[in-house]
Amino acid sequence: MTVYVLRRLAQTLLVLFVTSGLVFGGLYLVGDPVEILVNPQADQEERARTAAALGLDRPALEQYWIFLKGAFTGDLGKSFVFGRSALEVIIERMPATLELAFLAMVMSVGLGIPLGLYAGLRPHGLAARSIMAGSILGFSLPTFWVGLLLIMVFAVQLGWLPSTGRGPTTEFLGVQVSILTWEGLRYALLPALNLALFKLSLIIRLTRAQVREQSLLDYIRFARAKGLKRARVIGVHLLKNILIPLITVIGLELGSVIAFAVVTETIFAWPGMGKLVIDSIFQLDRPVVVAYLLVTVFMFIMINLMVDLLYSALDPRVRIAEVKS
Amino acid sequence: MTALLEVRDLVTEFDGREGRLRAVDGVSFSLERGEILGLVGESGSGKSVTGFSIMGLVDAPGRIAGGSVKFDGMELVGMPDGDLRRLRGKRIAMIFQDPMMTLNPVLSIETQMLETVLAHDAVPREEARRRAIEALGLVGIASPAERLAQYPHQFSGGMRQRVAIAIALLHRPDLIIADEPTTALDVTVQGQILYEMQRLVRESGAALVWITHDLAVVAGLADRVAVMYAGRIVEQGSTTEVLDAPLHPYARGLLDSVPAANATGGRLRQIPGMTPSLAHLPAGCAFRDRCGHADDACGTVPPITLKASRQVRCHHPL
Repeated sequence: MTVYVLRRLAQTLLVLFVTSGLVFGGLYLVGDPVEILVNPQADQEERARTAAALGLDRPALEQYWIFLKGAFTGDLGKSFVFGRSALEVIIERMPATLELAFLAMVMSVGLGIPLGLYAGLRPHGLAARSIMAGSILGFSLPTFWVGLLLIMVFAVQLGWLPSTGRGPTTEFLGVQVSILTWEGLRYALLPALNLALFKLSLIIRLTRAQVREQSLLDYIRFARAKGLKRARVIGVHLLKNILIPLITVIGLELGSVIAFAVVTETIFAWPGMGKLVIDSIFQLDRPVVVAYLLVTVFMFIMINLMVDLLYSALDPRVRIAEVKS
Repeated sequence: MTALLEVRDLVTEFDGREGRLRAVDGVSFSLERGEILGLVGESGSGKSVTGFSIMGLVDAPGRIAGGSVKFDGMELVGMPDGDLRRLRGKRIAMIFQDPMMTLNPVLSIETQMLETVLAHDAVPREEARRRAIEALGLVGIASPAERLAQYPHQFSGGMRQRVAIAIALLHRPDLIIADEPTTALDVTVQGQILYEMQRLVRESGAALVWITHDLAVVAGLADRVAVMYAGRIVEQGSTTEVLDAPLHPYARGLLDSVPAANATGGRLRQIPGMTPSLAHLPAGCAFRDRCGHADDACGTVPPITLKASRQVRCHHPL
């Protein structure tokens, strides 16, 4: 097990290295940040001075080498725009995105699994059909449009919830968190719901399909033939089997929620990483973009690793295969 | 004294795309305590559905459309689900065909056995564990205490079926319904399981309905045989009588199809034609299209005729 985790961590380093190279090269090709950073009226001398200050006057490979040397000591460079450590700028924004992603996942899992179970167990009822029809909508309506609609209904017309920004934060384990107080949570509800809608639909559909498939298998019938209560047959026998594929999807989706909260953050003016990276790309703020992607890739890989570990906790067949390898 | 199990005119129907299909059509039989009945038929003859109907495990779109199942004097058809659940696994147990599929792959044997004990008896976990270990030992599993902690995939097919049998025996049921429990196993393992089942049933005094398509199995195991075809029992009687001198042409055909009954090197005999789909059964006797003795009389459903202790459903018994 330990060997397995260590090997996966070594792979992570390799992936991070390749990612950094690709992003660095790509952004180098896109254009010269000096053009954007410097006043258009500035003369040649001032441009050269700015370029030299940012290290942009050196050859590309040398720039990358300097970046790599820094990266190994945990320094991902200084933001061209903010003039501060790029990593710091990102970490500053991270709690906002993470808490939004967390809330969205809690919503989609907490609602998705029960609704999917219900729709799978009573597939022909009106309620099940309504759930499935709703999930098709959640699946196909564009996020930005749903976001605007949510603002229209809940913020403008009903006036129940605020529509923009992040609420007051409290400190929790050294991190600024807003969703722990009701006042803060109110600000997060609409964007989280917006972000959750697609995942929710996905989880409903997946759960339902799994329930329909697994209910027909003999082990369910055998469990009933043993005289178990229906609640135990569904809650233990069925649920534990359908959780295995569900965990995979939930893990992947958690990664994508963190990485692609961009649209929702923009609509609800949520001060997270997604909004930051869009701004940084426009300003060719290379260190921030590179650092953002490295952080995101790292989180993606860590989530996948956790899913794999969880998998082996849930499925005894996987556990044994690993011990052998 | 009344019979332990009394099935009368049982009808089980399924609503499907091709309309309403009768998988079980007026099946009647009874079973005394400690008796073994072999329920024989081809795939799709309704033998498994008969088993599930007795257990009350027929799911939508299927339903029991008529008849009665009396178990120890209690009517099971239409019994409230909670009452039926308390009988299932406690007094009526079932063993399934494919041991690879019947045990839950993600739960340990311990969990799956203990929950069965605790579903019916409010005993401490330690007592439930003791019973589970005892049951595993009974079906011939070595070092049962260690095996209890393992998961189904750590057992071979034959061992899994033994575990399933152990689970079925946990509450010393009065009736066990075994749905082709040896079909998916190697021949050598089949023999062991058959032998064990016979021994366990004799020891515990349970009645057994053994559902199978394998006449050789029935010959060595059952006291009585019921042969099913297209949802009906076409012949019923003591094992020796039915196997030595079948009265129904279908039963004869089944016996003749057993390779051992044919001369070595000769062509294997078989019943002409195919098992008809339930949606396209001929009117009257369902077997008449494949039967050498069929005539105009077979256009009506033959009644059950009694011949000594035997029942046959044929206009022209052999």
